[in-house]
Amino acid sequence: MATSAQIWSEEIVEAAGGAVQLVKGGDGDPLLILHDELGHPGWLNYHQALAQDYTLYIPSHSGFGETVRQEWIMNIRDMAGWYLEVLDDLGLDRVNLMGISLGGWLAAEMATMSPQTFKKMILVGPAGIRPPTGEIFDMFLVVAKEFISKGILDPDATSEFSTICPDEPTPELVERWEVAREEASRMSWRPYMHYPGLSHLLHRLKTLPTLVVWGKEDAIVPLSAGQVYQENIKGSRLAVIDNCGHHPEIEKTEEFLQLVKEFLAA
Amino acid sequence: MFIGYFTERPYQDERTGFYGATGKPIMDLTVSNEMFDPILAAGLLNRYLDEKIYAEEMGFDGLMLNEHHNTAFCMGGAMNVEASILARITKRAKIVLLGNIIPIWDDPLWLVEQLSMIDMISHGRLVSGWVRGTGRESVSHNIEPHYNWERFQEAHEFIIKAWTTPGPFRWEGKHYNYRHVNPWAKPYQKPHPPIWLPGVVSRDSLMWAAEKRIPYIMLATELAPTKQAFQLYHDTAAEHGYESGPQNLGYLWKVHVDETEELAEATGRKYIQGPSNPFLEGNEGTVNPALVNLPGLTSRRRVLPTQAVATAARGGGGGVAGVLGRPYEQQIADYTIICGTPKTVIPKIRHVLEYIRPGSIFFWDGDGAMTHDDAMRSLRLMGEEVIPAVREIAKELELPGPFEVNPATGESIDPTPDEASQ
Repeated sequence: MATSAQIWSEEIVEAAGGAVQLVKGGDGDPLLILHDELGHPGWLNYHQALAQDYTLYIPSHSGFGETVRQEWIMNIRDMAGWYLEVLDDLGLDRVNLMGISLGGWLAAEMATMSPQTFKKMILVGPAGIRPPTGEIFDMFLVVAKEFISKGILDPDATSEFSTICPDEPTPELVERWEVAREEASRMSWRPYMHYPGLSHLLHRLKTLPTLVVWGKEDAIVPLSAGQVYQENIKGSRLAVIDNCGHHPEIEKTEEFLQLVKEFLAA
Repeated sequence: MFIGYFTERPYQDERTGFYGATGKPIMDLTVSNEMFDPILAAGLLNRYLDEKIYAEEMGFDGLMLNEHHNTAFCMGGAMNVEASILARITKRAKIVLLGNIIPIWDDPLWLVEQLSMIDMISHGRLVSGWVRGTGRESVSHNIEPHYNWERFQEAHEFIIKAWTTPGPFRWEGKHYNYRHVNPWAKPYQKPHPPIWLPGVVSRDSLMWAAEKRIPYIMLATELAPTKQAFQLYHDTAAEHGYESGPQNLGYLWKVHVDETEELAEATGRKYIQGPSNPFLEGNEGTVNPALVNLPGLTSRRRVLPTQAVATAARGGGGGVAGVLGRPYEQQIADYTIICGTPKTVIPKIRHVLEYIRPGSIFFWDGDGAMTHDDAMRSLRLMGEEVIPAVREIAKELELPGPFEVNPATGESIDPTPDEASQ
């Protein structure tokens, strides 16, 4: 896949009152992907595979990457409300939604605000819920490289690990991480990486087909939070992938793709 | 010249093996307070207060305190408590707080009340400094590092208004909201106690201080970049339509005086033993890279030459990372530690004063693994020989302090007789 012609492009679009960085690629029904707390990691194998059947929309959140920070945004629900206007301006409606980690939390908040905007929702190791057992690992007490490593159960067996976490990161990558850490802090400093009302608001999603994907050995967001998501979204499915950390889309790409493709095609 | 005394009040406990002269490395957030011994700490807290009281007797103009949290290198987790005690017990010296970490409190109105009380109890001897705090402060009291600078500025504006505007009034800001501001405690000094700002790294803070005509104190930075930072202050002042001078600038660094050169060296080496502050230039210690680079705490691009020098020395890059220690010999060579008998120390202090031209200086002593006896010997010799000599040098070099020349106007201040402050 890595050798095939590039099927994605990156542009800056005007949306919701500012410049938004948007990576777009593939062909088919739109699939909106919300990146995690360290920003869009680049076009990975799972993007390439999903782009065969879907048109991927991967914006950078307010302040992340090249997207201009909206200074008024002070928490995740401000971000979610702003993002719904971004979707309006991009003409995205009844869209499939996927969110990863902090992006999964953001996706869930957006869906609770406007369930009718989305066709199906996939949450991958989402933050957002205070886990009944265990704690969400504190990303701000370690440097970015250590945080990424913590999110992968077996880096040696993960072919894209050196892509997302090179031994010698370029200054540009370090800068991207630092920008992302600051913006993630603005979303999640306290209470850390969760919003107490979310578990109750999730009840509104009973008509939104939802797949929750979790690595069984996730050391960032404990699996117990996934069970809360599953229990509070009626009709949702929690798929747990064995021998896998916080990023099944990177660490167990084939299993992840099979789950996602089946869910979206059903 | 204004001459102050400072020690960081380290938690010295030889029994644990972590602290004191054993010098085991410590890193922020890796040491549990399980080993904290309040009986030992009671002795240390009283020792440090006693040393401050003796410093006043020995002729110091200012007794400086600082505050850190969740760390063994500074026991002053509630500095205003220490200041309150000094306010009652001492008679003449200014109580210089450098400073309260205003962004990390959700209730700055409580600071308005505390500081007003200290100013009243001391009959107007409070110098009220502000700091932004390091990463450990934001983590310890769980305040958003990315709003540190915004909260700093808003808290400052709020406190000044609460000190100077008759209440009640309402405050609806971005970070602070009060429905009824009417503190039944107001400062003794009018319009309010002097505000000073100490700093190490941030260009934003220095320029803010210069714009507001607030004296700026550099903390234990190397001399050449300190001089550059002072020039930035003067340039910023000129841009804002006034001429700053020595009265606007201060410098804190390590000075220890002893009875013989041999004793001075043996004692001076204790500066870099024990739980000294790894954040400040020249200390040994292991910094936690995530903590000193907390997201949004300090602008990654707007740092002072002091930080640029430290960064370059480590091979550059990495943003606002921590400052690693330098050997004792190197610190002696570059004057960031001055150590010796009065005879050898005084010319070195003169060199520092000539080179960076501050109006306020603070001798940082009695730290690391130094004992009470070490601190008291030095204080006595400072009082007997060093302070009188430094005052003469400052006169010759024309280095007025902020109580001789008004930092905001450049005008001379008439000396007023000491008030009876009993």
